[in-house]
Amino acid sequence: MSTSSPTPEPEVRAANPVGGTAVVVDTPGAGAAKPAKEPRKQKTAAGNAARAVSSPWASVLAIVIAGLWTLPTFGLFVTSFRSQLDINRTGWWTSLTNPGGYNVENYTEALTGGDVALGQYFINSTVITIPAVLLPLLLASLAAYAFAWMDFPLKNALFVGVFALQIIPLQVALLPLLQFYTNGLGLKSSYWTVWISHTIFALPLAIFLIHNFMKEIPGELIEAARVDGAGHVRIFFRIMLPVMTPALASFGIFQFLWVWNDLLVSLVFLGGTPDVAPLTVRVAELSGTRGNAWHILSAGAFISMIVPVAVFLGLQRYFVRGLLAGGLKG
Amino acid sequence: MDTATKFAQMFFALGVFAVVFVGTLLLASLFKGRRGEKIQAGAFVLPSLILLLGLLIPGLMTIWRSFQSDSNGAFGFSNYADIFTRSENLLVLRNTAIWVILVPVLATAIGLLYAILIDRSPVEALAKALVFLPMAISMVGAGIIWKFVYEYRTAGRTQIGLFNAILDALGKDPKNFMLDAPSNTFFLILVMVWIQAGFAMTVLSAAIKAIPDDIIEAAKLDGVEGLKMFRFITLPSIRSALIVVLTTIGIGTLKVFDIVRTMTGGNFQTSVIANEFYDAIFRYNRDGLGAAFAVLLFVLVIPIVVYNIVQMRKDA
Repeated sequence: MSTSSPTPEPEVRAANPVGGTAVVVDTPGAGAAKPAKEPRKQKTAAGNAARAVSSPWASVLAIVIAGLWTLPTFGLFVTSFRSQLDINRTGWWTSLTNPGGYNVENYTEALTGGDVALGQYFINSTVITIPAVLLPLLLASLAAYAFAWMDFPLKNALFVGVFALQIIPLQVALLPLLQFYTNGLGLKSSYWTVWISHTIFALPLAIFLIHNFMKEIPGELIEAARVDGAGHVRIFFRIMLPVMTPALASFGIFQFLWVWNDLLVSLVFLGGTPDVAPLTVRVAELSGTRGNAWHILSAGAFISMIVPVAVFLGLQRYFVRGLLAGGLKG
Repeated sequence: MDTATKFAQMFFALGVFAVVFVGTLLLASLFKGRRGEKIQAGAFVLPSLILLLGLLIPGLMTIWRSFQSDSNGAFGFSNYADIFTRSENLLVLRNTAIWVILVPVLATAIGLLYAILIDRSPVEALAKALVFLPMAISMVGAGIIWKFVYEYRTAGRTQIGLFNAILDALGKDPKNFMLDAPSNTFFLILVMVWIQAGFAMTVLSAAIKAIPDDIIEAAKLDGVEGLKMFRFITLPSIRSALIVVLTTIGIGTLKVFDIVRTMTGGNFQTSVIANEFYDAIFRYNRDGLGAAFAVLLFVLVIPIVVYNIVQMRKDA
């Protein structure tokens, strides 16, 4: 993108932030790392195809799809501001033609109400997510740097090994890890279990992607620093990290969304323990036990979504860039 | 624990981490020469490699465990026999197969169609954000959003779910979307399609924009237009992006858990492998069966990845 730093433009890879293993294939979309930066003057192939569907119909179809994709969220959003009585008496759409009575009672109840108390789960999600993003980022950057610019025995074999680990679904590791934490380390329902686990699960893809970014940095830059007598540690912190910031930000956002939105890892390691369990675990539980309490569920769902949506809207550029340049593990 | 204690724990952990790392790196940087380089490389990679043992060793343990019978510990294929013979488990396999076939195809088709429709539209950025937004939220959140769309009340009562209200307006009987098998699986699948279409759209839109203009101009000079342009220029040009999208969504779908968990809990004949894996271990106390389900997931992912790599080689 329009960063001033000599950030390498990676081969485009696609990966799926919603639990997909990264699939490492070059796509012909390299230029796409700059999505719609300047509108093309020429006609694109897609534009041609769209015109073939003839413009008015294409627009109608696009609006229908956009509507279908927006309406469910919008409906629950409106519902979250209606009273319990109204929710059960009339459909949410009726309140659009006859507005009024919107309030934030549901949010107050969901956040602080005795048996729901999502407030503390919100804290838990935050406490889980921050280290689970920072740890793999730093560890993976270090390892990636070594694989890209240092020399050590078995380097290539180890790198292939790390690459291959990407295909392991995390399900395969969950139970032995849980037993190890509980019996081996005496950590039961502790934040440490999810911090470590999320870090482990993030590493293979993180190392691989960050390595690819680092490899693109001109070797002269590092050689020059070496000649000046700088050691690897210094080069890493003084040159590499600043130059890599945009790439690290992209990966960090994906890891953030992945951890914040994760259900399985937290469910396995933390169970429903109110002291440590994140929002997703609690909201999923409410969906089962209080499936008809839509005033709570609607507010709860949006409380759990507010942070990722804000991150997405605020950092969409990085988000799309990360999506096209890399992504996340499963 | 109160909030302050939680944050104290977090900052303590981050502090320990920072001190250990800065310490190790500084220590390593004291060594010079060739030996120093090796020691420094160790300080850089070993922490990650040690942590990755936490993926590798449990993986091997799970494979081993999957061959141990849950009833008597005997070594053999009893857990796999259970998966492939018991009717409930066959249903799980069938459901997973339906998911893995339908979700990638539908999400990719819709994503591609939408990418083409909005290409170079004045509101392209907004149009993309709308379809892309479901990717940012959790599958738990998505599950609740859609459960409300599917909400069911018995006939005669006011329907508050969108779909049943539409059925009502059309004079049809309400449908219990989550309960009625086998169609309930399709309504769960719709949620995953809703989430993944944005991913497909983003990648494919980027691929379309990357098609060189001169190819399009040349085709036009040859009189290629409209749908023919799509069929003979666009599609072949974005072929490898299409494969990436299909396989990536396929792998994600294979492991789908949250949606099923949130919306039906795997009941009413909607369970899939990842959900059954969880239930086997944490509900039925059958670790061996759970391990076998996990290994099955692993085995099913491999051909998709291999296909991907083979395609990449072909294109290269």
